[in-house]
Amino acid sequence: MATYLEFIQQNEEQDGVRFSWNVWPSSRLEATRMVVPLACLLTPLKERPDLPPVQYEPVLCSRPTCKAVLNPLCQVDYRTKLWACNFCFQRNQFPPAYGGISEVNQPAELMPQFSTIEYMIQRGAQSPLIFLYVVDTCLEEDDLQALKESLQMSLSLLPPDALVGLITFGRMVQVHELSCEGISKSYVFRGTKDLTAKQIQDMLGLTKPAMPMQQARPAQPQEHPFVSSRFLQPVHKIDMNLTDLLGELQRDPWPVTQGKRPLRSTGVALSIAVGLLEGTFPNTGARIMLFTGGPPTQGPGMVVGDELKIPIRSWHDIEKDNARFMKKATKHYEMLASRTAANGHCIDIYACALDQTGLLEMKCCANLTGGYMVMGDSFNTSLFKQTFQRIFTKDFNGDFRMAFGATLDVKTSRELKIAGAIGPCVSLNVKGPCVSENELGVGGTSQWKICGLDPTSTLGIYFEVVNQHNAPIPQGGRGAIQFVTHYQHSSTQRRIRVTTIARNWADAQTQLRHIEAAFDQEAAAVLMARLGVFRAESEEGPDVLRWLDRQLIRLCQKFGQYNKEDSASFRLSDSFSLYPQFMFHLRRSPFLQVFNNSPDESSYYRHHFARQDLTQSLIMIQPILYSYSFHGPPEPVLLDSSSILADRILLMDTFFQIVIYLGETIAQWRKAGYQDMPEYENFKHLLQAPLDDAQEILQARFPMPRYINTEHGGSQARFLLSKVNPSQTHNNLYAWGQETGAPILTDDVSLQVFMDHLKKLAVSSAC
Amino acid sequence: MSQQGYVATPPYSQPQPGIGLSPPHYGHYGDPSHTASPTGMMKPAGPLGATATGAMLPPGPPPPGPHQFGQNGAHAAGHPPQRFSGPPPVNNVASSYAPYQPSAQSSCPNSMSTSSVTQLGSQLSAMQINSYGKSSGVAPASQGPPGPLSVTSFQTPPRPPQPSILQPGSQVLPPPPTKLNGPGASPLPPAMYRPDGLAGPPPPNAQYQPPPLSGQTLGAGYPPQQANSGPQMAGAQLSYPGGFPGSPAQMAGPPQPQKKLDLDSIPSPIQVIENDRASRGGQVYATNTRGQIPPLVTTDCIIQDQGNASPRFIRCTTYCFPCTSDMAKQAQIPLAAVIKPFATIPSNEVRMIYSLYLVNHGESGPVRCNRCKAYMCPFMQFIEGGRRYQCGFCNCVNDVPPFYFQHLDHIGRRLDHYEKPELSLGSYEYVATLDYCRKNKLPNPPAFIFMIDVSYSNIKNGLVKLICEELKTVLEKLPKEEQEETSAIRVGFITYNKVLHFFNVKSNLAQPQMMVVTDVGEVFVPLLDGFLVNYQESQSVIHNLLDQIPDMFADSNENETVFAPVIQAGMEALKAADCPGKLFIFHSSLPTAEAPGKLKNRDDKKLVNTDKEKILFQPQTNVYDSLAKDCVAHGCSVTLFLFPSQYVDVASLGLVPQLTGGTLYKYSNFQMHLDSQQFLNDLRNDIEKKIGFDAIMRVRTSTGFRATDFFGGILMNNTTDVEMAAIDCDKAVTVEFKHDDKLSEDSGALIQCAVLYTTISGQRRLRIHNLGLNCSSQLGDLYKSCETDALINFFAKSAFKAVLHQPLKVIREILVNQTAHMLACYRKNCASPSAASQLILPDSMKVLPVYMNCLLKNCVLLSRPEISTDERAFQRQLVMTMGVADSQLFFYPQLLPIHTLDVKSTTLPAAVRCSESRLSEGGIFLLANGLHMFLWLGVSSPPELIQGIFNVPSFAHINTDMTLLPEVGNPYSQQLRMIMGIIQQKRPYSMKLTIVKQREQPEMVFRQFLVEDKGLYGGPSYVDFICCVYKEICQLLN
Repeated sequence: MATYLEFIQQNEEQDGVRFSWNVWPSSRLEATRMVVPLACLLTPLKERPDLPPVQYEPVLCSRPTCKAVLNPLCQVDYRTKLWACNFCFQRNQFPPAYGGISEVNQPAELMPQFSTIEYMIQRGAQSPLIFLYVVDTCLEEDDLQALKESLQMSLSLLPPDALVGLITFGRMVQVHELSCEGISKSYVFRGTKDLTAKQIQDMLGLTKPAMPMQQARPAQPQEHPFVSSRFLQPVHKIDMNLTDLLGELQRDPWPVTQGKRPLRSTGVALSIAVGLLEGTFPNTGARIMLFTGGPPTQGPGMVVGDELKIPIRSWHDIEKDNARFMKKATKHYEMLASRTAANGHCIDIYACALDQTGLLEMKCCANLTGGYMVMGDSFNTSLFKQTFQRIFTKDFNGDFRMAFGATLDVKTSRELKIAGAIGPCVSLNVKGPCVSENELGVGGTSQWKICGLDPTSTLGIYFEVVNQHNAPIPQGGRGAIQFVTHYQHSSTQRRIRVTTIARNWADAQTQLRHIEAAFDQEAAAVLMARLGVFRAESEEGPDVLRWLDRQLIRLCQKFGQYNKEDSASFRLSDSFSLYPQFMFHLRRSPFLQVFNNSPDESSYYRHHFARQDLTQSLIMIQPILYSYSFHGPPEPVLLDSSSILADRILLMDTFFQIVIYLGETIAQWRKAGYQDMPEYENFKHLLQAPLDDAQEILQARFPMPRYINTEHGGSQARFLLSKVNPSQTHNNLYAWGQETGAPILTDDVSLQVFMDHLKKLAVSSAC
Repeated sequence: MSQQGYVATPPYSQPQPGIGLSPPHYGHYGDPSHTASPTGMMKPAGPLGATATGAMLPPGPPPPGPHQFGQNGAHAAGHPPQRFSGPPPVNNVASSYAPYQPSAQSSCPNSMSTSSVTQLGSQLSAMQINSYGKSSGVAPASQGPPGPLSVTSFQTPPRPPQPSILQPGSQVLPPPPTKLNGPGASPLPPAMYRPDGLAGPPPPNAQYQPPPLSGQTLGAGYPPQQANSGPQMAGAQLSYPGGFPGSPAQMAGPPQPQKKLDLDSIPSPIQVIENDRASRGGQVYATNTRGQIPPLVTTDCIIQDQGNASPRFIRCTTYCFPCTSDMAKQAQIPLAAVIKPFATIPSNEVRMIYSLYLVNHGESGPVRCNRCKAYMCPFMQFIEGGRRYQCGFCNCVNDVPPFYFQHLDHIGRRLDHYEKPELSLGSYEYVATLDYCRKNKLPNPPAFIFMIDVSYSNIKNGLVKLICEELKTVLEKLPKEEQEETSAIRVGFITYNKVLHFFNVKSNLAQPQMMVVTDVGEVFVPLLDGFLVNYQESQSVIHNLLDQIPDMFADSNENETVFAPVIQAGMEALKAADCPGKLFIFHSSLPTAEAPGKLKNRDDKKLVNTDKEKILFQPQTNVYDSLAKDCVAHGCSVTLFLFPSQYVDVASLGLVPQLTGGTLYKYSNFQMHLDSQQFLNDLRNDIEKKIGFDAIMRVRTSTGFRATDFFGGILMNNTTDVEMAAIDCDKAVTVEFKHDDKLSEDSGALIQCAVLYTTISGQRRLRIHNLGLNCSSQLGDLYKSCETDALINFFAKSAFKAVLHQPLKVIREILVNQTAHMLACYRKNCASPSAASQLILPDSMKVLPVYMNCLLKNCVLLSRPEISTDERAFQRQLVMTMGVADSQLFFYPQLLPIHTLDVKSTTLPAAVRCSESRLSEGGIFLLANGLHMFLWLGVSSPPELIQGIFNVPSFAHINTDMTLLPEVGNPYSQQLRMIMGIIQQKRPYSMKLTIVKQREQPEMVFRQFLVEDKGLYGGPSYVDFICCVYKEICQLLN
């Protein structure tokens, strides 16, 4: 077994790919019987310090419909300098530059260790990165101050030649012109009027219709940079200017009367930002960074009216179809998001407010464009400040961990077709022979656009085995998939990363064990979860849960070992053993449960779930719990109420929160001040240990988690109690009769009950 | 609205004949079809004239003789007294007789008066008696130069007074017998000689009791006769010479002398002005009497408010209303008042500093009649020991509010009569309470917003820089209340081309901030805080801004501009700041950029002289109309400085300024070195002007008549409330009255004009002007009490309003017809029976024909393609808000001989008539009409004067390319510049000086202003016109 685990791990490290099945069922019928689809989690830009990009361009298959990239799986005839495409079997001539190749003198792309390889393209003008700040000014004074400082700070983190722009909004929307000396100049737009891209560009003077007639020809080429430079300027040129400008930013001066929300024109502001970039820098890497401190309250995209007495929509309202503005607003933002995606720009949303800010409606902006979504209570918190700072962290090469305007092209060998993808991407609607008619996620295409991505951005890509049952694949045959990612590196180079992988086919009837052993339950859990969450966006919650349950039961029926109608006999092999537990926690997770979450929170959680890599996703599904005690080194413990013990300190990581929980006794000790006594220094250390570990996590994670330090009986302890498996509740506490652990006040079923039911259903012949 | 005004008259006409126009004419205005008939009438006149010639004998002379005696008595009594205070009458008489001697006399009008004295002696004492009627007890009483005394007494006299007309006839007097014979004969001959004798002026005086004559009979026939030598014959014919070439007889005679003769023999405005000045100038005029006729606008005197509003505030076309509408209809004299509620009061009349007495009743607010809501005023009669009062307007008896109670004295007057301005004064102000405020909220101090067109041409010619520089100093002088340290007015700045740039000039900013609004389709205000600021606080930021603006757009090559959005923006800004205010817009081109209010060049000369000509005066789109309404609703006044280099459609652009009580300034083909001074003076003047904002005016009248039509920079949403976004000291509203019912001679006709407004410091106030007029059932009283200057003001405004809706031809005909009708009515009803051919003018209307001719010759009414459409629209708009003094000067420019300047005197030289015949090659003349100023230099002007004024050796060296005289230390120069200063001083517009050399091209322009001559672009000379009118009258009489 270790071999498969190693194999999986190695694959992930080298290629950033994890498949649900590492041995593939060789026919369509069998594949469907496997329940969990053949799919993979792909991290296209997985950091590979050991993989320097090669300085030339890839060699492509000459068949126009294929254009696969030369890779180690291709058969090469060194003598005739021909290579055969392993996807379409087209025989191709090597380009002249490859004249000298031989068995001993292979180009990198033919070496097996370069199953993933990155090419650097020298062609084409390099365009600078663009950062367009869209800043809400309807903030409290200290919030605005903090935000201003963060923004000013960020200027120093940007590459000097990056272009920056500034749009501020409140009741009005102001596009600041950064080029002018002296007087500061801005273009102002009404926050209530939706404008077309054309109008925006006209109004900003970005289109110069009649002018060319007058102006001399030579001026023409100059036009473009000049026009755009008014609003987007290289950081190094206007650094001081912009710093001052930000410093002088005032709160929105329009009076807000008692009982009203400030009028906030987020919809128009975004629309203008999108229009501005659309007109000036289409298909260039650009981030629109929206900083908002409350819900849009006027104009297109408004989420709630300005009357404070009418609260912003809740899940309850939405279920009752009582959210007046939701549909319209969502439509507005979706329209913006798709335009942005078409232009290759991405939109980040940094929403900091105690109440909801309309992320539900705006989520598509980040989701479809690969932008970030950050939710916090205030801009004046370390959560925001550090998260924001982390966006600009650099990798080992000193480059930003961000890439822009990527397209992901997936090629498969004939037995496979592409069913779809789930992640921060939009379809490019490229139909091809390898596109399946059945869609899972965003389907119907073999190419997707990912406008913004970072080394951890991960897509779930779903496939379909199309080989007919009666047309078996020759023994030892391998299926191959190639992922080609074109993107703009943060150093502004265009690059192409090519990952080609192959897996063995196996006949499920004869080789089920192989297939079973090659099951990657972690990947499968995440892939299934993504499907579930994807469905949850459009379907009713209970339906999704039912679907998940049914899939789980079917899987157990297929791969469990049991005697019919005997639930006690039910067993799952090691490679499946954790899967039901993941599903249990997934069912309880905020990705599928909206109870106790606002629509904004749900959107936020789902946003991150759909883009994080496998490890992080698993943490989200099933939080990690570490226990610290005097009895030994910290150890991971079951995410179970039985783990909550009086003499332990618990550290829980749910991805979004880091919770440190002091057991009852520990809390009392601390209260008594033992940690300050020299003779109890070990206690001090014990207290410190989880803090240090938490810091480590906090440092590394994006977005920075909410950090909660609580103790037994603390109100914040609810974060822990709501996550653990309620093995002890007020209902069964005495039945168990033990004093270990903490009872959870819930009616939710515990894992044990869940498993019992699962077994019962799996072994029953009814379904 | 305006159209209705004219058209609607017919309905009113029945009750109130007095209106503007004779009934038949109404039809013409409203209905083009009728137009034919008037013209038809005109034509017949020609023939008539011919016939008249045949019957020459009867016309001119006859009436005078016989009537004179009777008339004199009556007339003299009636007229002179009214015009002049006690002493003057004598003069009149004297003057009236003057004619006799004139032949002997010298040419100068001035000499006249002196001569008159001598004449006096020679005159029959009887005459005097007659004239003054002292001898005849009854008559004099009626005259009651002091006036008001007994209305009844008047009635009797009126008849006789008519004779005043005769006065002109006075000339006739001597010849009375002759008249009988061949009326004109005797007078005529003398006339002839005189003309020969000298340049026009002198002889006329002599002949025609020139100025002093209170009433003139114009022997139409006179001049002609002279020509012919066959006196009478000429009489009839003469009138036509100008207008109708037809009359051969005249032609036969020596034509030249004729004309000169004519001019001198017909009433001279200069003489009328001079006479009034001589008799009333410098005196104290107390307004303690109902219906008394104030001095002419051209006469300087000190006015003392003793219960009626000063004529500076209100002037009426007549100070005696006819009692019935039938009478009014008969006379066709418009009953109107020209109200200038914020008129500047000269410092020597000022009691409170710069303002009126302020009455503050605290929270209870002004005391008002319960029924008609008239404000407490001297016309309220206290009764029942002071517990109640009867409203003078509606007669309602009201309780006196307890806080206001005061006992009455033995004559029924409150004991505090003299302590309370509202009881003893004609004009005063109330502090308004919350009830009088918008939304029941005290107003905020107003704001001024400066909006500068920064399109390419304005930057290029340096205008933007000029404005910015000037603003830096002129903002120091924002108007403020006397007691305040600094002005409460806030200022804001916008620049624009086809987009708008707002500026944040908040005091705590290091640099101003510019905010560009490009959404001109739906303009909005991008900022609230920091846009309107206190100048003192933000001075450094503002200066910073003004320094930068010219540079900021230096590279701009934007040619297109918007206009309506600019106004909209200003209005929205004021709305957002919740304050009234004024926009100063500096604009130079046709707004062709895509935006609301976009205009296209529609200057189509082909429309001139067609029924569609009116289109040129109408705005191109209704955007501006609704914009103006919005502006008024938010107290936003728009003042527009236009710098057009080509057609900019003033008719459209000027609409908002006009309807919002703003001012339109136009500097065509602006050139920095020539025109900047004029512009800067206007700008300074306009900013510093006394002004009230967000005003509503209501004119209340006593029972029997009411205000029916309003002209001026106003907007009316109903028939009674006159809304004005702002009203400044130069704006007048002309109000027309019509009868509802009979008026009583006892109670007279009372007018109360109340203006509710916001002061420059944001106080809400009511300004009240009260005026009492007489009523009479005698037409003669009516004619005696007329004021021609006000009449012309009314005629001009009503005609210019009608221009929007009716063909100009019709309007011109109506004006001519009405003039004729008014005079015919007088002739028929007031003048003693006389030969039909005699032209008899009431004393008070002596100059009506010449002024009317000037009005008709104004470029607005003159349909000539040579005249720029914009200029016509501009002048039309200008006149609509003019007060009486301004319109008088505008239509009849002041022409001063400079070469005869007495450098030791501080008074202005006596003006001469606006005719080329008064110019001389050796003379230098200064002409001013309130818009332009010309210095005309004869080819042989005295070199010492040229040296003195221009500091150059000779005529040839004079550079005419200047708009300011060089500051030479010479007394001539100083004197001349002082004179120009005095003329300029009282005028709302800065006049640009043009130097004109005789016989050089620019002289053509100058000639246009010699209004007694035949117009450059057509329009009859004074002489021709008077003949034409005469003919009309004959027609009517027949």
